[in-house]
Amino acid sequence: MADGPDPIGEVQRRLAADGYLAGPELGTVLHLACALEQPLLLEGEAGVGKTGLAVAWARATGARLVRLQCHEGIDVHQALYDWDHARQLLAIRAAEHGGEPVELFSRAFLLARPLLVALEHDGPVVLLIDEVDRADDAFEAFLLELLADFQVTIPELGTLRARHRPLVVLTSNRTRELHDALKRRCLYHWIDYPDAQREREIVAARLPGVSEEIALRVVEAVGRLREQGLYKLPGVGETITWARALLALGPDALQDTVGAVLKVREDIERVRAEGVLEGV
Amino acid sequence: MGELAALLRAGGVRVGTGELLAAHRALAALDAGDPRLGRAALEATLCSGHDDLAAFAQAWASWRLGAEADALRAGAGYPTPPGLDEALRSLLPRTHLPGSADEGEAAREPVPAAWSEIELLLEKDFAAYSAAELELARVLLRRLATRGARRLTRRTAPSSHGHRLDVRNTLRDSLRTGGEPLRPRWRSPRLGWRRLILVVDVSGSMERYARMLLMYAQAAVSARRGVEAFAFSTSLRRISHELRGRDPDACLARATEALHDVHGGTRIGACLATLNRDYGRVVGRGAVVVLCSDGWDRGEPELLDAELGRLRRCAYRLVWLNPLSANPTWEPLTRGMAAAVPHVDHLLPGNSLRSLGELAGLLEGL
Repeated sequence: MADGPDPIGEVQRRLAADGYLAGPELGTVLHLACALEQPLLLEGEAGVGKTGLAVAWARATGARLVRLQCHEGIDVHQALYDWDHARQLLAIRAAEHGGEPVELFSRAFLLARPLLVALEHDGPVVLLIDEVDRADDAFEAFLLELLADFQVTIPELGTLRARHRPLVVLTSNRTRELHDALKRRCLYHWIDYPDAQREREIVAARLPGVSEEIALRVVEAVGRLREQGLYKLPGVGETITWARALLALGPDALQDTVGAVLKVREDIERVRAEGVLEGV
Repeated sequence: MGELAALLRAGGVRVGTGELLAAHRALAALDAGDPRLGRAALEATLCSGHDDLAAFAQAWASWRLGAEADALRAGAGYPTPPGLDEALRSLLPRTHLPGSADEGEAAREPVPAAWSEIELLLEKDFAAYSAAELELARVLLRRLATRGARRLTRRTAPSSHGHRLDVRNTLRDSLRTGGEPLRPRWRSPRLGWRRLILVVDVSGSMERYARMLLMYAQAAVSARRGVEAFAFSTSLRRISHELRGRDPDACLARATEALHDVHGGTRIGACLATLNRDYGRVVGRGAVVVLCSDGWDRGEPELLDAELGRLRRCAYRLVWLNPLSANPTWEPLTRGMAAAVPHVDHLLPGNSLRSLGELAGLLEGL
């Protein structure tokens, strides 16, 4: 997708144009995912930009973003298709009263859910399957056919193939280990917290109005918090929220706005008691 | 007794109420205790011909195994997997358990007379096990580990008396009645396994119990998904991957290797802090957390208090297995245990097969 002498740099540039700063490793796997037409599995702590990557790449390439948010108990009828039962019932009634006889299990009565939308879309698609670890084993097994061949089988209709092979991005928070069969079909990348330099750049890219001072202080403070062994470590998303808070209140409000990044009472108490943020 | 009679009837023996009454009278006349006498008495009263003896022998064997399994099941309606009784019968000894003689301490203890040798094994403290008993217990342990807590999932399955209309199947059915949806079809939530987190103390003081508890963890981790195992003494390690597999010995060897640097003091608080922080997502929400430790903590009780509180708030139920609590005079007096008790939903000994059976019953009842 990104051709030229430096395809990886090109990927990074296109993402950066949309405000997403990706490191060279992430740029590489994304380039590979496009070139090999293989799904990309992203894992990492909360708030490091797993979902953001898919959103940014869709915008950068002008592709349509189709998002499937996984949750417990998600099944084929929420992810792929469902039959429009109400219309089927009406069609039966209409046929009874002299209307045209209809084929009830045809495309006309099919409701497309995100996966089917992605397969049927005529044009480039980024398919984001978000937090796949929240779904269960059975759903993972169902995804295998989709990820291997970009085709799905609807028993009543047959097999549907993708018009354009979508770029599939799966994200996982590692609440459970994904099945090996699923992992095998994907390229894998672990997104780590960015270093301080990159995080400042991210803040600057996402919030153009933020002063150098605020970015510096927020990134320094977040860096200290991440070393504290808290229950919940602040992600990049929290850094940006904090910077936005300081943008509104002024750089001296750092201590008072700690609620923007820490959401566990014990964590806040500990940070206050130990003076972690002193002198930032 | 009723079960034995049913087994006999299944084997072609005529057992009526009269025979049963006679059997009860015979048992009452005997000073109950010696299983051989009991068997002889029952054989004499329930059998009425030579042909019945073979059927009786068979019924007796499966009844003893069944009674034993019942004790483990603690009343939950759980079918015995087919073929297991056969396997058990071949594994379990017919008469006396070997090995109790070479353990002077255990042999001198007064042992209540019981009908079955397995009863003894059930009650016996893990710490007093001989190598042979360990092997025997393993079979029972594996069966116990297949039982866990269930929960309603968000997935639904067709059911006869659900609470949600199954439009898809109702419509499909309606095609038979000319498109008139006469018979509504229903769906209801399916049962799934609740996540189970086992945290085993492998420090020096727990060594003799940790062996059995790790075996239990191995069987549980391998039996189904959604079970995670951790081991700790001064530091905590996740051993789920090491324990998962078909060959229990290989799994345990792998886990032991992974734990080669442990066996020392105990810092429960610090280890739970690791569990809460580094493995918070693995523990997740809504899991049953089972902590196995004697509560001898060299760390600060305040830390244990705080971390256990956090764990309790994330978990569905917090169960503590403390082998010391098997002693009726035991009280949670150590600083660690005193800090722990307010957070714990259930405190069980977990020192014997009987107690692990209780745990399984508890899990199933949650």
